[in-house]
Amino acid sequence: MSTNQLSANETTGHGHDHDHHDHKPSGITRWLYTTNHKDIGTLYLLFSLLMFFIGGMFAMVIRAELFQPGLQLVDPHFFNQMTTLHGLIMVFGAVMPAFVGLANWMIPIMIGAPDMALPRMNNWSFWILPFSFSILLSTLFMDGGAPAAGWTFYAPLSTTYSGDSTAFFVFAVHLLGISSIMGAINVIVTIFNLRAPGMNWMKLPLFVWTWLITAFLLLAVMPVLAGTVTMVLTDKYFGTSFFDAAGGGDPVMFQHIFWFFGHPEVYIMILPAFGIVSSIVPAFARKPLFGYESMVWATSSIAFLSFIVWMHHMFTTGMPVAAELFFMYSTMLIAVPTGVKVFNWVATMWRGSMTFETPMMFSLAFIVLFTIGGLSGLMLAIVPADFQYQDTYFVVAHFHYVLVTGAVFSLVAGAYYWLPKWTGVMYDERLGQLHFWCSLVSVNILFFPMHFVGLAGMPRRIPDYALQFADFNALISIGGMLFGLSQLIFVYVIIKCARKKGEQATAQVWEGAQGLEWTIPSPAPYHTFETPPQIK
Amino acid sequence: MKRYFGNRNFILWLLLCCCGLPLNAVAEASSFNMTKGVTTISHDVYDLHMIIFYICCAIAVVVFGLMFWAMVHHRKSRGAVAAQFHGSTKMEILWTAIPVIILIVMAIPATKTLIEMEDSSKSDLTILVTGSQWKWHYKYLDHPVEFYSLLATPRDQIENKATKGENYLYEVDRPLVIPTGKKVRFLMTSDDVIHSWWVPDFAIKKDATPGFINEIWTRVDKPGVFRGQCAELCGKDHGFMPIVVEAKESADFDAWIAAQVEAKAQAAAAEQAAAPMTKEELMALGQKTYEARCAACHQVNGEGLPGVFPALKGSQMALKDIPAHINIVVAGKAGTAMQAFGNQLSTSELAAVITYERNAWGNDTGDLVQAKDVAAAAMPAQE
Amino acid sequence: MHKPLIYKLLLIGACMFAFSFALIPLYNVFCELTGLNGKTENAAAASALTIDTQREVTVEFLATVDQSIPWKFEPEITRIVVHPGEIKKINYRVESLTTAAMVGRAVPSVAPGLAAEHFKKMECFCFIEQPLKGKESKLMPLQFYIDPALPKEIKTVTLSYTLYNVPAK
Repeated sequence: MSTNQLSANETTGHGHDHDHHDHKPSGITRWLYTTNHKDIGTLYLLFSLLMFFIGGMFAMVIRAELFQPGLQLVDPHFFNQMTTLHGLIMVFGAVMPAFVGLANWMIPIMIGAPDMALPRMNNWSFWILPFSFSILLSTLFMDGGAPAAGWTFYAPLSTTYSGDSTAFFVFAVHLLGISSIMGAINVIVTIFNLRAPGMNWMKLPLFVWTWLITAFLLLAVMPVLAGTVTMVLTDKYFGTSFFDAAGGGDPVMFQHIFWFFGHPEVYIMILPAFGIVSSIVPAFARKPLFGYESMVWATSSIAFLSFIVWMHHMFTTGMPVAAELFFMYSTMLIAVPTGVKVFNWVATMWRGSMTFETPMMFSLAFIVLFTIGGLSGLMLAIVPADFQYQDTYFVVAHFHYVLVTGAVFSLVAGAYYWLPKWTGVMYDERLGQLHFWCSLVSVNILFFPMHFVGLAGMPRRIPDYALQFADFNALISIGGMLFGLSQLIFVYVIIKCARKKGEQATAQVWEGAQGLEWTIPSPAPYHTFETPPQIK
Repeated sequence: MKRYFGNRNFILWLLLCCCGLPLNAVAEASSFNMTKGVTTISHDVYDLHMIIFYICCAIAVVVFGLMFWAMVHHRKSRGAVAAQFHGSTKMEILWTAIPVIILIVMAIPATKTLIEMEDSSKSDLTILVTGSQWKWHYKYLDHPVEFYSLLATPRDQIENKATKGENYLYEVDRPLVIPTGKKVRFLMTSDDVIHSWWVPDFAIKKDATPGFINEIWTRVDKPGVFRGQCAELCGKDHGFMPIVVEAKESADFDAWIAAQVEAKAQAAAAEQAAAPMTKEELMALGQKTYEARCAACHQVNGEGLPGVFPALKGSQMALKDIPAHINIVVAGKAGTAMQAFGNQLSTSELAAVITYERNAWGNDTGDLVQAKDVAAAAMPAQE
Repeated sequence: MHKPLIYKLLLIGACMFAFSFALIPLYNVFCELTGLNGKTENAAAASALTIDTQREVTVEFLATVDQSIPWKFEPEITRIVVHPGEIKKINYRVESLTTAAMVGRAVPSVAPGLAAEHFKKMECFCFIEQPLKGKESKLMPLQFYIDPALPKEIKTVTLSYTLYNVPAK
C-alpha cells in the first residue's frame, strides 16, 4: 500500500540523526526533543505514575482526617482542596495520561506503523502536561489555597464564592485540554492513515479500536470542558452571568454543560481499559477473543449512549418527570452493551487453557470488580433510589470500583503485560503476584465498606461525620493506607525491570499472546516497522 | 509457563469476591443499609432498592459463577486444551436479550414510585426551605413563623476537646416542626450556593438552587425526630449543616405554632424596651453570637483564612469607622460570602457582635455599640 | 497526506467548543419547551381567550431577597385561588432599608417547572429593573393569568421572585 510506504519515509525524514536502529541521542535533550513514540509513551507513563502518587497523597490526607470523627489534622477548607485536587489529578493527571502513554507505545506497533502520524505534535502534547499540573499544584501555596469546589466545580461555588486560584485552575484545564485534543487527533490520524498493508478495520486489535473511539470522544467533549471553564472564568472576573440567576443565568445550566462533558469523560477513562483486558484475557486463555465484532459494536454503542445520559448525575436538581424517566431508561440501557463485553470475556475464558500470571490476575480482578461497579451503577440509575444514593459514599464507592479496580487495574495489567516488551526483561513474577494480592485485598477493604456508609447516610465531601459511621471509616482509612503502600511494590518491580535486572524476555514473551507487538524483539528496538509488515 | 495459582489462593479469592453476599444477612441493620424510613414513599424506595440489589446479586452470582468455574476447570495446569471457537450469534443475541428483559422488570416499579414521588398536589402545609452558608432557614407559608436552624454541636466536641454526644453533628438549635398525618410540601431555594436538603427517613433529597425554586413533599404518620444533612458540597462547612425535623401530632403542632407566634411578639417587645447593655453583657452575648455565626469563616481567633476569608483581628474595618462596620454586618457585601445579617440577628445581637469584634483579640478600641446605634445607623448602599 | 484529516478533526474540536456556548440558548429554548427549571417567559403575554370556570388553581407568591440588597420585599397576599384564563392583579411591596439609591431586579421562578410556560404575565415588575431611592417604598404590580392549557394534575402553582442588586455600571 503506497500511502503507508510514503508515511514511513516521511516519518524517518524527520530525524536523519537517528536513522539507525537503536541509535538514540542521550541525556536530557533526548527526552525534551524526542519525537519517538516509544520515548513519549514512556514519558507519559512515568508522568502518570508520579501523578498517581501525588493524587494518592491527597487521598491519604483525606483518609487520615476521616480516620476518626472530629477535626484532627486539617481544617475543612483544606480538606475541600484535597478532595478537589485528588479528583482533578487522578482523572486528568493519572488515568488519562497513562492511557495516552499506552496508546503511544502500543498503537503504532499494533498496526505496523513506524511511529505516530504527527510526531512533533506528540512531543508538544506531552510537554504541555508538566506545565499544566505545575500551575494547578502551585495554587496549593497561594493565599486561599487550591480550588476547593470539588473536581466538578459546580457554580456558583466555583465562581462568586471561590478564591483566586480559580484563574490558575481554568488556565491549567485549558492547557491539559489542548494536550488531550492534540493527543486524540494524533491517535485518529495514526489509525486512519498508518495501518500496515492488509491491516483492515476488522483486523485491528481491540485496544486500537477502543482507543479510536475514545479519541473521538475526547475530541467531542474536551472542547466542551474548555468552554465550561471559560464561562466560569468570565463569570468570576468579567461580569458575565452564564451561571448567575441575578443576571438571567442559571446555576443548573453549569451542571448540564459540565456533565455533557463529564459523562463521556468517564467512558474515556474506561473504554481503553476494555481494550487492554480484551488483549490480555485471550492471551492467557490461549484462545481467540470471543465475539470480536460484537465487542466493537458494544464499544461504539457505549460511546454513543454516553452522550444521552448526562442528566443522571443531576436527578436531585429538580426536573420534569418525563426527563427523569428518559434519563433513567437511557442510563439503564448502557448495561446492555457493557454486559455483552463481560459475557464475551467470560466466554473467551470458557474452555480455554488458562494460566494466571500477574497481567491475567489483574484482568480477572478487573472483570469481577468492574462488574460490581457496573451493578452499583445500575442501582444508581433507578431514580427514586438515586434520591437516597445521590452525593453519598455509595456514589464514591461506585465510581472508585469503576475507576480504581476498573481503569487503574487495567492499566497495571497492561503494564505487566507489556513491561517485558518495553524493557526486554521479565518482571519479577513473585513480586507481581504479591503486588496483586496486596492490592486486591486492600482495595476492597478501602472501597467496599463505602457502600455501607453511603447507604447508611454519610454524604460525600465532608471532613467530619456522625458517630455511627466511625467504625467503617477507620476500616476504610486502613484499607487506603495499605493500598497506597502496596503500590510501592509496583514501583520496585518497574525499577527492577528498567535496570534490566531479571530474566531475558523472548520476542513472544507470553505463550498465547497474539499481535504484531510480539513479532518484534524484546526490548522493542527504538525504531520498528520502518518497512510496513504484510498482514495476511 | 509456571503456574502461580494454587487452590488455597483460589478459595481466598472466591471468598473475597463474594463479600457482597453477607450484605443480605445484615440488610435490615441500618448501619449497613439504606434506612426504611417512616413514610410510604420511603418504604417504596427501600423495597425498590432491595429488589434491584437482589437482582444485581443474582446477576453477579451467575456471571462470576461461570467465570470461576472456567477458571477452575479450564486451566492449563489441569491439562485443558484450548478450544478455538470465537463467536456465536445465538449466544450474543441471548445475552443481549436477557439483560433487556431484566431491565424492563426493574424499570416498571421504578417508574411507578417515581411518578408517586413527584406528585406534590393537594398539600396541607407548605414550608419554604432556604439554604445558605451554612444553615437552613424555614418559613411556614401558612403561619407567621420563620427561623434559622443552625448546628448545635459545641465546637469542643468537633475539636475533640469534649466527649462527642449521641447526635454528634446531627443536632440543631431549632428543629423544623411538622404535623403528622398531613401532606407537607417543601419549597427549596438558596441564598448563595447550591445546597441539597436531605432527610433519609423521608427518602427526599432536593437541591436548593439560588434564584430557582424546587418542590418536594412528605407525609409522616408517626411523631418522631428525624435527622439528615446537606448533601451538596456548599463550601467550607458543608459537613456542618444538619437538618432535624420533628414530627408532632396535629394538636401539638398547633400549640407549637401558637407558642412560636407568642414568643416572637415578646421578643419584639423586649427588643423595643431594651436598656443599653454593659460592656460585659455586650461582650458575652457578642462572643456567643460570633462563635455561632461568624467563626466558621473569620475563625474563632478572628484571623480568618488568608485569601479566602479576611481577618478581623487588626483589620481597618473593625478598628476605624463604626458606621461602615455596622453596615457590612447588617447588609453584607455583594459578590462575596459575607452575608447580610440584618435579617438574621436581633439588633441587640448585632450590636453585641460588633462590639465584640471591636474589642476582642487585641482590637482594643473600647467602642461600645448599642442596639439603638444599629437601628439608627444609616445604611449606605454597598457597591 | 495527513492534512485533510487533521483539518477535519480540528474543525470538529472547534465546533464542539462553539457548541458548548450554543448550549446556553439551546438550553433556554429547551427550558421553555419542557418547563425545565421553572423559567417563565420574560415578556408580556396576550390575554386568554377562554376562562375555565370549572377549574380552580391555587397560586402562591413567594419573595426572597438576595444578600446583596438591603431591601424588604414581600407579596401583599401569599395565595389566591383563580380560574384558568381569569386575569388577576396582585402587588409586591418593596422598601429600601438604606439611605442610598439602588437598583433591584426580580428574577422569577415557578414550581412545578411544568407550570412555568402556562403562567402568563401581562404586566410584571420583573420585566424591567426597579430603581428605588433611599428609604423609599413602593407597590409593584403583577398582572397575570393561568393558561387553561395547564396540565390537569397541577393544582398549585408557586411563583417565586428572588430580588437581586443590579450593580451600578
